[in-house]
Amino acid sequence: MAKTGDIVSGSVLAGLGVFIIIEAKGWEYLGPDGPGPGFFPLWYGIAMVALSLLLVATSLRQRSGEPGKTVNWREVGRAMLAWAGLALCVGLLKILGFLLAFGLFTLFLVAVMYRRPLGTAAAVAVGISISFYLLFPLALNVALPVGRWGF
Amino acid sequence: MEVTGYLMQGFAVALTPSNLMWCFIGCFLGTVIGILPGLGPAATIAMLLPLTFRMDPTSALIMLGGIYYGSKYGGSTTSILLNVPGESASVVTCIDGYAMAKKGRGGPALGIAAIASFIAGTLGVIGLMLVAPPLARFALSFSSPEYFALMSLGLAMVVLLAGESMTKALLAMLVGLWIAGMGTDLFTSTSRFTFGNMEMLDGIDFVVVAIGVFALGEVLGNMEIREGAKMLPVPKGWRNLLPTWQDLKDCRFAFLNGSVVGFIIGVLPGAGSTIASFISYGIEKAVSKHPEKFGTGVPEGVAAPEGANNAETGGALVPMLTLGIPGSGTTAILLAALILWGLKPGPLMIQDNPTLFWGLVASMYIGNVMLLVLNLPLVPLFAQILRLPVYVLYPVIFGISMVGVYGVSSSLFDVWMLGAFGLIGYAMRKLDYPAAPLILGFVLGDSMERALRQSLMMSQGDLSILVSRPISAIMLFLTVLILIAPLFRRANAWRVKAIS
Repeated sequence: MAKTGDIVSGSVLAGLGVFIIIEAKGWEYLGPDGPGPGFFPLWYGIAMVALSLLLVATSLRQRSGEPGKTVNWREVGRAMLAWAGLALCVGLLKILGFLLAFGLFTLFLVAVMYRRPLGTAAAVAVGISISFYLLFPLALNVALPVGRWGF
Repeated sequence: MEVTGYLMQGFAVALTPSNLMWCFIGCFLGTVIGILPGLGPAATIAMLLPLTFRMDPTSALIMLGGIYYGSKYGGSTTSILLNVPGESASVVTCIDGYAMAKKGRGGPALGIAAIASFIAGTLGVIGLMLVAPPLARFALSFSSPEYFALMSLGLAMVVLLAGESMTKALLAMLVGLWIAGMGTDLFTSTSRFTFGNMEMLDGIDFVVVAIGVFALGEVLGNMEIREGAKMLPVPKGWRNLLPTWQDLKDCRFAFLNGSVVGFIIGVLPGAGSTIASFISYGIEKAVSKHPEKFGTGVPEGVAAPEGANNAETGGALVPMLTLGIPGSGTTAILLAALILWGLKPGPLMIQDNPTLFWGLVASMYIGNVMLLVLNLPLVPLFAQILRLPVYVLYPVIFGISMVGVYGVSSSLFDVWMLGAFGLIGYAMRKLDYPAAPLILGFVLGDSMERALRQSLMMSQGDLSILVSRPISAIMLFLTVLILIAPLFRRANAWRVKAIS
């Protein structure tokens, strides 16, 4: 499994390196005053492609008898679910504001991810949201994202 | 003596009521962070950085410094009681610390960890005080070619020491360089890698990258598992925390070993406290009269790595404050903090901001005393923090991360980028790509490019300027040597294999 991860990540980074090189070619490499904006990116883009291909080649050459690190997809799924919840929370910030959006995200984490009773989840969500409100905008004068309803 | 005079001035700054308060807050938070598995000093400092923008830079650095070295004290608590390192540098302490706790000697283990941390931490500060000013004076002779060479050497050492795969470490560093290059080119005002997005013209804020990769990446990784580890009983009463006279006698070499090894390793960019603690443990075992007992619960097995862990802090601040080269992920964030506060890290920093440097040094002496008091009698109290449910802790970390990033420029785009970097940080953990080279590449990328372009402007495009100046030539030679050394090792291994 570790080999597959290295092959995939190596390929993605090789693609990124090619993209960087293509972009860098569109900028000045050497100008009258010295290196241009394309100079540095071109070289680290080339290095990225070279190293990525080396990583992929090394992973492909590894003996198939060698046991690789297996991935527990269930665990990865949990982390991805948490990240998806975070992404949804960020998406809702503009509409609902931080307190509501973050409260809902906390409710999701506690009730769904950690399987706590709904009452506990609601208490934690409300408690943390209120604490954030008291600490940041009120005590520290740090602004929180505000939604369409003004909070 | 000149140093004594400056140090007295430093104490005058550090002993003001407000700076004492910030030192205590930093040490307290650092201890808490160290105790909590899943949240390291780098992530915490990154999250709190936006809140320090309104503070006096000296006070802010005292507080963040307190978090940095305070976390080293707290990290041993979970290592000893839970067999889970509170932060990465405490992993070695698990070996003998947890073994001591299983034998009913958890209290003395915690006590030895605190005493070793205090002795080595204090010696590390003495090292910082004595080494930093002359090194800064030496570095005043540096120009753009020397800076480019120094940054190259710093990055090369990071990737060399970054773990199993140097290729992955180099790739992480290159990604960091790429992210640093996003935005408007300073020399020509060309937009680079902005993808047509106006919000990207100023580049990506360091806080977004640091919090995303370190804090969110770490928390997402920890959320893979629902249950937490079982904790051994916490000793009650501070007398039960005291090691015996025999324990202290057995550890006297370990205290010294940890201090010296930790400081020297700390000065080397890229080495970090984890390596320092491993090396110190290895040395202690090698010189011990009973090496077979290591791993079964010997006090020296706790004292050496914990001492190295703490002395490393003083060492790591040397290149950061004198050369503007961070030695680790955490010092990279502290370096970025100095820049965000309008300061210019480098050889002139001590000369131009003596109150900041000497105030920090003096506060570290005070902070080590505070931490000994916090960690010796109060550690049973701090250990109760481990009973805090993760389903409360992790949402708080998510929230602080989002608020911290939003607080930088009130931009929801930055919060989106935070989520993206959180995913990148998690992916890096899963695929064994080290995060420190990425952060270092990001922090140094701009300065490195600027130094290279200025060097080539000076020489009108002639690359030989980098090798014709002796200091720059030596550093670049060492850089190349470090990068190709693993290839020689591999070639030698193939040759030996072919012969056999």
